[in-house]
Amino acid sequence: MNTMNSGISAEAENQDEPRAASVAEHKPEDTVIEEGKTVGKPFSDDPKFKLRNVEVFYDQARAIKNISLDIGRNEVIAFIGPSGCGKSTFLRCLNRMNDSIDICRVKGSLALDDHDIYDPKRDVVELRARVGMVFQKPNPFPKSIYDNVAYGPRIHGLANRKSELDDIVENSLRKAGLWEEAKDRLDATATGMSGGQQQRLCIARAIAVSPEVILMDEPCSALDPIATARVEELIAEMSESYTIVIVTHSMQQAARVSHRTAYFHLGHLVEVNETNKVFTSPQHELTESYITGRFG
Amino acid sequence: MTDQRSQAEIVRNSLKRRYRKERRFRLYGLLAISIALASLFTLFADIINKGHTGFIKTTITLDVTLDSGMMYLDDPTDEDQRSMADFMAPIIASLQEHFPTADSASDRRALGSLLGTYAASEVRDLLIDNPDLLNTTQTIELPAHDRVSVYVKHADNPRYTIKLSEQQQRWVDELVEKGVIDTSFNDVLFSRGDSREPANAGVLGAIVGSLLTMLVTLIISFPVGIAAAVYLEEFAPQNKITDFIEVNINNLAAVPSIIFGLLGLAVFIGLFGMPRSVPVVGGLVLALMTLPTIIISSRAAIKSVPPSIREAAEGVGASKMQVVLHHVIPLAMPGMLTGSIIGMAQALGETAPLLLIGMVAFIVDIPDGFFSSATVLPVQIYLWASSSEQGFVELASAGIMVLLTFMMSMNALAIWLRKRLERRW
Repeated sequence: MNTMNSGISAEAENQDEPRAASVAEHKPEDTVIEEGKTVGKPFSDDPKFKLRNVEVFYDQARAIKNISLDIGRNEVIAFIGPSGCGKSTFLRCLNRMNDSIDICRVKGSLALDDHDIYDPKRDVVELRARVGMVFQKPNPFPKSIYDNVAYGPRIHGLANRKSELDDIVENSLRKAGLWEEAKDRLDATATGMSGGQQQRLCIARAIAVSPEVILMDEPCSALDPIATARVEELIAEMSESYTIVIVTHSMQQAARVSHRTAYFHLGHLVEVNETNKVFTSPQHELTESYITGRFG
Repeated sequence: MTDQRSQAEIVRNSLKRRYRKERRFRLYGLLAISIALASLFTLFADIINKGHTGFIKTTITLDVTLDSGMMYLDDPTDEDQRSMADFMAPIIASLQEHFPTADSASDRRALGSLLGTYAASEVRDLLIDNPDLLNTTQTIELPAHDRVSVYVKHADNPRYTIKLSEQQQRWVDELVEKGVIDTSFNDVLFSRGDSREPANAGVLGAIVGSLLTMLVTLIISFPVGIAAAVYLEEFAPQNKITDFIEVNINNLAAVPSIIFGLLGLAVFIGLFGMPRSVPVVGGLVLALMTLPTIIISSRAAIKSVPPSIREAAEGVGASKMQVVLHHVIPLAMPGMLTGSIIGMAQALGETAPLLLIGMVAFIVDIPDGFFSSATVLPVQIYLWASSSEQGFVELASAGIMVLLTFMMSMNALAIWLRKRLERRW
């Protein structure tokens, strides 16, 4: 259990904090987690998402165990935790991307602006237009750059005229910081771009339908440091107008871009707090072990 | 240190064995490919060797005086007169000019039998089209009899029996020398339907029949196959019924094609009362036979569409239908097309089920629609290969070459389409 993911171990090694030898007799993974008990500040005064007692099952296996959390309006919140801790699963509940997995069941109350996300009467298409998503691997459609960005507005009928659509495409590409690079080759296929450009294109594509929330599932894990820096800059810019939820394996990234950080462990939400507090003075023993690189 | 060195030695020794194994493995592969290529080469060489003469016809070109007295014909437009007229007489007279000594009745008959049965009707057709030519002299190219053709083309070939008398052989030799009997490209093969006479038989009827049949097959099996594949892959709930359908589709792909012929006979002809020997029924039967192939390959193509593309589309709010129509189907299209074309190529070469629904009939006319009697290329080949006239043997091989050309073009089309559509990635 808790074998180190190579990426995390490398990051963890880089951290200068001394390894505490004193806790050797007490292994952090032996800590009993009290279910549904989250230390720190899981709730918010002005929540965009209100998530209460969320549980997710894959068949019989319980992947998410009684998590309650608020995600504030125009907040950037980072989900961190070891591989398989459920942070991606939890993220995907927020726009019902888990729906396409037959064996997946979600329990509890999840509300976006006080409207139940999992209401059977709720149209998932409308939900996803409001809650956009950017994936781990850049996944542009094998179409032109223009068509990639225009796809969302087209299917939702957001533009009545070609000129309106052109404006939406330009604005989205500008916000994603891709306009200067792409304006002369809007008709070129998106798959010919570099990985970083592709990921920014995917962000532009998500922005194009003017969502209120953007979910990012490890958006930089396939990018080089320069492209990563570019995307992080973008997240900072976007945080003014969007609520952003980002899953990341890089603690530095969480520290750089997020306002609050949530630490997940084996399907539990262990600790949520302001990002600087989580990284400087974690309250829970497991959080501390994780950010100091004692396990991954 | 010593430990390490000995370990390196062990590795090096095992390497030698591994490389030997690898070389042997590669050799097996090479051997397999060589055997396949050699068989293919032998097959092609044999077919071309036997069949290339099928593309050559033997003709007798004569200056025929269309004498009205000799033919008992005053007015070529009068049907009654035509049916009584002797169109052979001026041809034989023209041949006799080359051999003045042959004037007995039996010689005349022997001379006349150098010409194909359809020589007389060629003269008749000429006169029907141009009645003014009566009593003029015309240079006419007439088909030689199969026996003459065999003698001219295969005199040295022990596989053929020469059925001309000594006398006739001398005449033919002389006529060949004079250039009266000549060989040329067999345009009859591509402009006529089947015939009792090899010199007059062509594959055009079978080609048109095949095309009409394939068209019906394509129109039915392609959309149905793809719709079924998309539904099963994208929309069908995972349950016992779906599993049952899946298993049965796989089983259907393995059902011998003659069973589909029986089904066609019982259902389309027996139950629905559709006519026999027509491309519609043939196409329906072949469509049923091709469906499993198309469904299976289309499902594989749909499965190979990366899930990330689905997620991307779902992520911007595309409905299930939009994901499928805008992304999955376009991306799976090359695979679907390839599978369909290969299925169609299979259907093109299929004989057994068509025999059962009567597409094996002797049909001279070139089919002019989906409901007119027709035969198809492989059946035509089967018919020729089993006929006794020597001239049909080479025609059968020529037919095989035509069929193979069609199949290769279809496969080339499949490859081209796949390459072209895949470039969009």
